[in-house]
Amino acid sequence: MSYLKPSFRHPDLPVNDLGYTKKNYEGAISTLCAGCGHDSISSAITQAIFELSIAPHNIAKMSGIGCSSKTPTYFLGNSHGFNSVHGRMPSVATGANMANRDMIYVGVSGDGDTASIGMGQFTHAVRRNVNMMYIVENNGCYGLTKGQDSATSDVGSKSKKGDPNPFEPIDLASIALQLGATFVARSFSGDKEQLIPLIKAAIAHQGFAFIDVVSPCVTFNNNPGSTKGYEYVRDHLAATGTVDFVPMKDEITTSYEAGTSQEVTLHDGSVVHLHKADSRLDIHSRRSALALIKDYKANDQLLTGLLYMDPDSQELHETIQSSNKPLRALTELDLCPGNKVLTSINASLR
Amino acid sequence: MKPTNINDPEYFHKVVDCQLACPAHTPVPEYIRLIAAERYTDAYMVNWASNVFPGVLGRTCDRPCEPACRRGRVDEDEQPVAICRLKRVAADNKNDAEVIARMPKIPATKNDKRIALIGGGPASLTVARDLMPLGYIVDLYDDQPAGGGFMRSQIPSFRLPETVLNDEVNYILDMGVISRFDTYVDSLKDILDKNYDAVFVGTGAPRGRDLIIPGRDEGTDNIHIGIDWLSSVAFEHIEKIGKKVIVLGGGNTAMDCCRSSLRLGSDDVKVIVRSPRSEMKASPWEIDDAEREGIPMFENHVPLEFVIKEGKLAGMRFDRVRAEYDANGKRSLISLGEEPVMVECDDVCIAIGQDNSFPWIERDLGLEFGKWDMPVVDKETFQSTNPKVFFGGDAAFGPENVITAVAHGHQAAVSIDLFLNGKNVQHRLAPGATLVSQKMGIHEWSYDSGVVDDVRYAVPHTEVKLALSDRKMEVELGFDPLTGFAEAQRCLNCDAQTVFTEAKCIECDACVDICPTDCITFTHSGTEAELRTRLSAPANNLDQDLYISTDKLPTGRIMVKDENVCLHCGLCAERCPTAAWDMQKFMYEVSKAGSDSVQLGAEQ
Ligand SMILES: Cc1cc2nc3c(=O)[nH]c(=O)nc-3n(C[C@H](O)[C@H](O)[C@H](O)COP(=O)(O)OP(=O)(O)OC[C@H]3O[C@@H](n4cnc5c(N)ncnc54)[C@H](O)[C@@H]3O)c2cc1C
Ligand SMILES: Cc1ncc(C[n+]2csc(CCOP(=O)(O)OP(=O)(O)O)c2C)c(N)n1
Ligand code: SF4
Ligand code: SF4
Ligand code: SF4
Ligand code: SF4
Ligand SMILES: [Mg+2]
Repeated sequence: MSYLKPSFRHPDLPVNDLGYTKKNYEGAISTLCAGCGHDSISSAITQAIFELSIAPHNIAKMSGIGCSSKTPTYFLGNSHGFNSVHGRMPSVATGANMANRDMIYVGVSGDGDTASIGMGQFTHAVRRNVNMMYIVENNGCYGLTKGQDSATSDVGSKSKKGDPNPFEPIDLASIALQLGATFVARSFSGDKEQLIPLIKAAIAHQGFAFIDVVSPCVTFNNNPGSTKGYEYVRDHLAATGTVDFVPMKDEITTSYEAGTSQEVTLHDGSVVHLHKADSRLDIHSRRSALALIKDYKANDQLLTGLLYMDPDSQELHETIQSSNKPLRALTELDLCPGNKVLTSINASLR
Repeated sequence: MKPTNINDPEYFHKVVDCQLACPAHTPVPEYIRLIAAERYTDAYMVNWASNVFPGVLGRTCDRPCEPACRRGRVDEDEQPVAICRLKRVAADNKNDAEVIARMPKIPATKNDKRIALIGGGPASLTVARDLMPLGYIVDLYDDQPAGGGFMRSQIPSFRLPETVLNDEVNYILDMGVISRFDTYVDSLKDILDKNYDAVFVGTGAPRGRDLIIPGRDEGTDNIHIGIDWLSSVAFEHIEKIGKKVIVLGGGNTAMDCCRSSLRLGSDDVKVIVRSPRSEMKASPWEIDDAEREGIPMFENHVPLEFVIKEGKLAGMRFDRVRAEYDANGKRSLISLGEEPVMVECDDVCIAIGQDNSFPWIERDLGLEFGKWDMPVVDKETFQSTNPKVFFGGDAAFGPENVITAVAHGHQAAVSIDLFLNGKNVQHRLAPGATLVSQKMGIHEWSYDSGVVDDVRYAVPHTEVKLALSDRKMEVELGFDPLTGFAEAQRCLNCDAQTVFTEAKCIECDACVDICPTDCITFTHSGTEAELRTRLSAPANNLDQDLYISTDKLPTGRIMVKDENVCLHCGLCAERCPTAAWDMQKFMYEVSKAGSDSVQLGAEQ
């Protein structure tokens, strides 16, 4: 019996800039069903954060309720975390972010957690451009409660229970675009080559970075007739192109053919490079992204990859001009600056 | 790259590193599990079938399996499983009566074929062990008073108690071998004239090298050839040695000579070697044991002369040197040009190597001799150019060790059996191999798949002072059963193979994500060298194979598993939703003389 993962790792594992190996970014052994797409996403997050050389204690994992929302236990075991009430992760994450802007926020949610009970919360986090990565592990069902259809399930899609879903799906990527999200992408749990650079770009992005990751539920929604199973997704996958994330410290060495690529330089100097598979996409245009999502869907294809990025994104702290320092770093002197300052404030209001 | 053919028994054999490295291919993980299950007699018999002398080898084996052991390479700080000392746990705790009851039955009516074995060491005894149950009549000639060869005459009792040796030699002699001890064979022709149907030469490498430098003749009373001296000690012709002893040489014979000297009355023993210490040939643990007894080792001292005073050996003079290596790594010893160093002594043991010698083999018997006056022997069949005469052990290709002699003996027995049945000795049975699923239920395997963190356990030793007081007192004490269990649990069960069925795989990546040592990758095909550059983790150990599937996966990619540091933890199989991975026990058995094991390699 091995509920325990052996403590040995590959002896030649690479180390990152902090001298850590991937092991330092792992979490507890997963208790999800064997083969659940969510585990692959956990592994992609682990790999991306390792590669970004972020100190684990500078990260806070935020989640709601669901199999997907359980996953923060299974990655970044040395980071902070908050497992909130069902659908309430966005407000808790907003609060945490307001209190400490120095932390990196990794939000993980499910299609149920986000598109049903948490829809109201989600929209406001998007709208406010909270500085965080927000991943929806989208399996088209409520996995944790035994596979009921979720709001992202396609019309006619059948889960293991066998009844076709009668309702129109909510396309979370489109909603995020409409609500003003400043980074929007879609991916598939079975495609780490695409997912890992997207996660890195999302983390580096200043503002709300949304990734809708289709992630099959092997137990309740991986049957013939489901549009969110491994086979169906693989057969209907299309991509906007391949994404390279080049951290600020690295030199850009690849050369790209003109017209087929688009580049975004982030606030920290790192560069996101999209090598386009479809030249119609302009990643700085919401309209182009929305249109293409629709076009592909009309052809029964699921468009993945980077969809939209706003390089001039202004995150919530900038908008409301909050303290530059995390609240915990504010001293008594910062908070009660004394009579002189009060007098000058009062004077300014006269 | 071509998909891996897992039906070739050699593929998974390579994955069981210890078994592959063992010259007799002992199924190590199988016996280690039996020890953990307290099934000591079963563990002993698994050993006995392969290596014939588990009690002897559990104490003295050269253990080529241990440097090969996977456990030793999964982490910088990891040491191999104590494979050798676990073997001893099986031998120490077996039920003797049951072992005797489980010995092969010897046919009462013999076939009419007679075989002569010359030399009574492990090679000859193994031939006897394999051929007696087939009804052959076996005569064994040895010039010593009892069987065992060098195991008796060379390996000192403080490393190998006589009772242990006697038991294991007797298991074989008691099969009805006709032993002719105290009989030196001085003519192979005479033996052949006795109309034996086959002759096996297992006479070892019985000539110790001498050191001819000034003073050698005058000092001869106190200058001993190491292996001759050790055998005189073993047979109690010599019972003491001078107070000050110099042992020349850095191999295992030197270690046995110096430690024996300490037990025969010397209180100042020095081991002196020509070259740097790092080049000493002795096994590291033998050097450790000698040092634990307080014996100093001096390096880079080239002997110049034996110093004689008043007609008696008084010491030796050495030239101090340093080693230099040329571009090809060839070493030369350069004199420091200093005054020679005088080391006083009463006796010297020369332990600088042994050679074969076949003065008793006539050169007109159709038995060809080649380089260095060694017989021409086929590496696989052990047949000489006289088809009736076979060689094995140290006599075949020069000095090795007990387990190699055993491995040779098994193969020579196969050849003799084929030969005497009128079959081609080149047409040997393929090894027997089986693969059996170990799945018992969810999270349940029929082996302990968990990987413990324990570091290698050290075997306890008799306290030095006590050990030195008695030449026959065993120094190493062996693991007690509890420590034996704990050490056994360190074994990774490398014979529990990961077997992949592409038709079942849905490419969910669960196995890739869970694998603690990043063994598994799904990727597009390529050449091996190129594939090795883009796997989940570096795949730099070229001795270890890549397990490669066909491209019949849903995405047309291939599955590549680097076998190098797989922990055989079974997590890939546990996390696979479709049982595309299964853990299957691989049994590999070298075909023995008369063995009717199925030729799985050909069949599957
Ligand atoms: C000091 C020393 C320590 C060793 N320690 C170890 C150890 O710890 N572990 C290990 O694995 N190996 C050890 N070895 C090596 C090991 O003993 C040999 O490799 C092994 O015994 C070889 O087996 P064999 O069957 O080929 O011949 P041997 O064991 O050498 O047996 C040959 C026998 O044939 C007899 N013989 C030779 N010529 C004739 C003849 N013409 N007529 C009749 N009889 C003859 C010899 O007297 C001897 O009894 C050691 C060797 C030495 C010298
Ligand atoms: C307030 C509240 N309502 C309902 C539930 C029951 N519940 C638990 S998980 C879940 C749905 C989870 O679906 P999703 O977010 O898609 O996660 P998945 O398990 O599919 O990954 C529901 C309805 C709950 N825990 N709390
Ligand atoms: S029920 Fe579905 S979503 Fe939940 S762990 Fe199992 S496979 Fe994953
Ligand atoms: S871990 Fe066990 S099975 Fe593997 S090589 Fe070592 S002893 Fe053999
Ligand atoms: S048994 Fe499977 S999971 Fe365990 S180390 Fe080997 S390949 Fe990896
Ligand atoms: S866990 Fe099983 S189904 Fe999934 S990729 Fe591995 S072998 Fe294939
Ligand atoms: Mg869901």
